[in-house]
Order: sequence, then C-alpha cells, then structure tokens
Amino acid sequence: MPTRPTEILTGAQITVRLIERQGVQTLAGIPGGAILPIYDALSQSAQIRHVLARHEQGAGFIAQGMARATGMPAVCLASSGPGATNLLTAIADAKLDSVPLVAITGQVPRSMIGTDAFQEVDTYGLSIPITKHNYLVNSAEELLEVIPNAFRLAASGRPGPVLIDIPKDVQNEAIEVGAWPQPGNADEKLAPEAALISRAAALINQAERPILYLGGGVVHSGAAEAVVALAEKGGLPTVMTLMALGAMPVDHPLSLGMLGMHGARCTNLALDECDLLIAVGARFDDRATGKVAAFCAHAKIMHIDIDPSELDKIKTAHLGIAGDVNAVLRMLLPEIEPQLRVRWLSRVVCLKAEHPLRTPGIDDPRTHYGLIRAVADCLDDEACIVTDVGQHQMWVAQAYPLRRARQWLTSGGLGTMGFGLPAAIGAALAEPQRTVVCFTGDGSILMNVQEFVTAAEENVNVKIVLMNNASLGLVTQQQTMFYGGRIYASKFNAVPDFIRIAEGFGLRTVNLDDEDDPFAALGAALRSRGPMLIHASIEPHEKVLPMVPPGAANSEMIGG
Amino acid sequence: MNTALWTEDKALTRAVLELDVNNHAGVMSHVVGMFSRRAYNVEGILCMPVGSGATSRIWLLVNEEARLGQMQKQLEKLEDVLAVRRHEADHQVFERLEEFFR
Ligand SMILES: Cc1ncc(C[n+]2csc(CCOP(=O)(O)OP(=O)(O)O)c2C)c(N)n1
Repeated sequence: MPTRPTEILTGAQITVRLIERQGVQTLAGIPGGAILPIYDALSQSAQIRHVLARHEQGAGFIAQGMARATGMPAVCLASSGPGATNLLTAIADAKLDSVPLVAITGQVPRSMIGTDAFQEVDTYGLSIPITKHNYLVNSAEELLEVIPNAFRLAASGRPGPVLIDIPKDVQNEAIEVGAWPQPGNADEKLAPEAALISRAAALINQAERPILYLGGGVVHSGAAEAVVALAEKGGLPTVMTLMALGAMPVDHPLSLGMLGMHGARCTNLALDECDLLIAVGARFDDRATGKVAAFCAHAKIMHIDIDPSELDKIKTAHLGIAGDVNAVLRMLLPEIEPQLRVRWLSRVVCLKAEHPLRTPGIDDPRTHYGLIRAVADCLDDEACIVTDVGQHQMWVAQAYPLRRARQWLTSGGLGTMGFGLPAAIGAALAEPQRTVVCFTGDGSILMNVQEFVTAAEENVNVKIVLMNNASLGLVTQQQTMFYGGRIYASKFNAVPDFIRIAEGFGLRTVNLDDEDDPFAALGAALRSRGPMLIHASIEPHEKVLPMVPPGAANSEMIGG
Repeated sequence: MNTALWTEDKALTRAVLELDVNNHAGVMSHVVGMFSRRAYNVEGILCMPVGSGATSRIWLLVNEEARLGQMQKQLEKLEDVLAVRRHEADHQVFERLEEFFR
C-alpha cells in the first residue's frame, strides 16, 4: 500500500471524510450545539450536499426516501436531546420496514454524560429497541471503525437503521490519521443449503394449488425479476404484501395483487384454497394474514427469508430456507418444472371474475379511485409513488398500477402519518430525473407540513396530491364500522386553507375542485417541473373496502 | 425445600443460556431489553468479563417456553452477541449460586 502522509484531523473531520468515502452525495439534518463540529467540517466538503430539513423527523424521512428509492444506505443528522428524540419515529419506521439508514447524532461531551446536562438524553438507550445496531462513540480513533461498520450493517443481510451517537468532545478530538479503512459495504449474502433447494423444488413441482406470497424482502434483495420468472415457469398465482407492491406488475396475468386486510376478495379467497404457500421475503404480518390460525389453513408453508428469526416466528414452516431470496430463487429456478396448471389457474381466473376488486368511480377523476387512476394515466412506470398513511394509502395500494420494484414507497410496518412528504423529497433528491407523486390526506400532511418549504428550497420534482376529506378518514371508517358509528375526534371542525398554506411555503398549487376539466389540469400539473400541491376534495363517507375486521380471518371480509 | 427436588422441578421448565458478548456499557441493555420488549421474563442473570476483558460472558436462567427458540435467534442477531449456547436447567452455574440466595 502506498504510504500517505499522515494528517491531523478532528473526530468531526474524520466523520465527514468517512461519510464521503461511502460515496454519500446528499444527506439531511438540522444542526444544534452538540453536532456543530460535524456541521463545521461538513461546510468544507466539496462532495456532500446537506439538505436542511425543518424538523428532524423530516430529515429522517428524507433520508429514508433516498434509501427506499435507491436501496443504498442514506444519512440523517441531528443534534443531541430534542434533535435526537425528534428522529426516533423515522428510525423506528426504518426498522419495521427494513430500510438502510445511518443516523448520526451529536451528544453532550463525555465528561457531562450522566449529569442531566443541557440537551442530554440517553440517545443510545432510547434507540436500542428501534435500531438494528447502535453506537456511543468513545474516541475519535473509534470512528474509523464505527462509521464503515455502521454502513456495512445497515446494508447487510436484512437492511435496517444504525445510529451513531458522537459526544461533542469526540468530534473535537484531534488525532493523527495515516491509513483510511475501506468503506463499509454489504456483507456477502448468506448462501442457502443446496439440499433445501431440491426439496423446495419438489414441493412446488408436486403442489396442485400453489401460491407465491411476496413481501418487502423481494424488493430489498433485487429479486423482482427472479420472482416473475419463477411464477411464470411454475404457473404460480402471486400475491403481494403492501411492501412488495411493484415487485410483480399488478396487471401481470399471474398477479392477484395485494392480500390481507384490504386485499381483493379473490386474493384472500384464493389463499384459502391453496395447498402450498411459498412465502418469499415476507413476515406473515397480521395485516396480511388476518387471524393467523385461519390463514392458508390447508396449505403447506414454504418460507424463504434472509433473516433466520423470521422462519417459524408466526407460522411454522414445513420447509424454511434462510438465505438471500434472490440467490435462493435463482438456484431454484432451473429445478422448477414448467407447468400449465390448467385447473388451478382457471379456478383463479374464475375467482377473479366473480370477486374482483371493486373500484367504483374509477373513470371519474372527482372520486378517490378516479383521481388515483387519472394520476396513473398521466404518468409512466418511471414515476415514483409515495404515500402517507390512511385511507388514501390503501386506495392507492389497491388502485395504482404499480409495475416496478422501488416504484412504491410507503410506511408499512409502523404506518407513520407524516412519512409521505419528506420521503417524497428524499426520493426526488436521490433520483431527480423522476416525477415523484406523494398521495396524502389532510390529516397526514399536517404532521410534516413544514417540509413544504424544504421542497420549495430544493426545488424537487414532487407533486403532492392531497385527498382532502376533512377527516382522519381511516379512523372515521373504523368508528363507523366497529364502534357503533360514534364518530369522535376524527372529523375536523376547522380545516385549513391548504392552497394558501402551500403558497405561503413557496409552492405552486392547483385546486382540482375549481377546474372544469380536472383531468387536463392534473396532466398539466404533473408534466410541469418542481414542487406543487394538487388539492382535491373527496367524499368524507367513502370507505376502504373490502375490509377484514381486526382479529378476524381473511375470509370474513366486509364489503367490496 | 429439598435441593434435589428443586432442581428436578426446574429442569422441566427452565433453561440456561450462555452468551459470549462484547464488553461495553450498553451490551447488558441490548440483551435484557430484547427479552423485556418481547415480554419474555428472565429469571436469573449473571455477567462477568472473561480473559482480557474485551468480552464478557452472560448467563441467563429463563423459562422454557415454545418461544425460546425464537428468543435465541433474536439474540444471535444482536451485533454485540458473539455466540449463544443453550443448556439444561441443571447447569451448575445457577445451582452453585443458590447458596448466596438462601
Ligand atoms: C403518527 C400517527 N398517528 C396516528 C395514526 C393513526 N391513524 C391511522 S390513519 C389515521 C388517519 C389519517 O388521516 P388522513 O391523513 O387525513 O388520511 P385519510 O384516512 O383521511 O385518507 C390515523 C389518525 C398513525 N397511523 N400515525
């Protein structure tokens, strides 16, 4: 190795240099006293562009948007105390959806830790249960190991968030640095046992009524192509979780779309009839399975996942394979016998015809489904679709023709209102060539509304489609259906003027309510560049249907 | 209570986990927190540094439930946990310690 002259650098400079060496171009954060040395070092970076969020949760979700759109670890920064606590929701969200995130927080100097100093909180302790791993750094020297390791861990195996808490005196500590560590990259993927592959192939080849059940792991491992190939060769009808949408084009003949609480009847009914369930990168989440004992009750379960602790966690697998799903599927593919499966596939066609997803009003852009379809009609598959959380999220999941892995960014596991706008900004920062659409509700948008100004400042190509029903719609729906119609604390009596709010933050706007030709206005808005609010009122009584009542079996759907 | 009986009784329902872990201030929180947030009680706990002190050994006495296998897998996922070994409840480490709890 050529010997480089040693440099004297501070912990803060080392941190920035190591982040640069990871190839990071953009990160998001908010400064404060305990992280100012790092910000000072960052100001000297020619490579890194810092995006100033207006709330640390926004910074966390901006980083998540970058990570979800690209699959690469993204970075967010916050100061100690309230800066760190404000980040926590975004970190927890990344944990539940397995998003590679590196969160760096400033901490009070080591000599003051444990003294209840100004803006001291136990960031390390707070973040243990919501990170894949976390660090409290004890010296500038340690940074050389910790930072590459954090990136490696975030990206390896099942991805997830890693937090690095750096006391201010460590940021200021100057040390001599001779050699730099290699950037941290994902570890070699876990190779599956060959014997298991043959058993898996035999199960699939012998099954009469198999179903392929895709989860977010398919997207994380880049296995979208492999699952489509497997489904086509083996004649496998395919269902997707919320997190997997886009992995198989929803209009593929073998696709049954989303399963579970708001899946189409045909999808859940087909699952009831299957004799082999092939779970790929999925974790049997309760929103997908309904009452677990009744989920695919007559089927053998095959479960492929990179995280061994997912196997047998919720449902005991007849065959569990721990391994990277893309690698497993590629090994499996040559052993699958091409099958027409005429009887099973015609049964599925029949179920689809008898119990399709009903999308009333889909041709009328003034309805909820119609608006979603109209947006889709204006765009191609290169667009990136982001949502907030609520009815609008489920309607988009049901009705938007998602056809590309990583086209769809949504908060699945934590279901965090406020995710949408900052995540959309992050996606647009990472992939500026795309149109990024954020479907949101009038409840969710207010939870990170301050990021409107970040969108304006960065001039990102984000189109916020606000489906305004003057309520916390999903709550109203549950109160209507399961709490005797007692609507409480879910209707807004005061509704802000969202157009003026957005304009006040520096966004262009269009109110589809005022347009004679909403479709044309929508098209013009989506074709324009830069951030924009697209406002549309929708009926407050509309429901997401069908719906499996919480705790019920998926066959006990209401409506639809 | 008769010691032999005590042990027999526990052998049916308990297990001992032996963990090799990195030795720093947060490791105990990681291990114990994993049990508490998955609502799995830890009956007994012992921890001492080994060798140079870079690593420690943690002994856990836990109830033998169907979920124990899942807990073991979750422990193995913790970055600071280097190895997990499972023993029967009659493992000497807690038996010998009983003396201090009389
Ligand atoms: C941070 C957060 N708080 C509360 C909830 C519970 N919750 C789920 S959906 C919902 C209503 C969402 O309202 P809105 O964004 O207007 O969407 P809509 O359902 O009306 O489409 C609420 C309060 C949540 N998911 N996240």
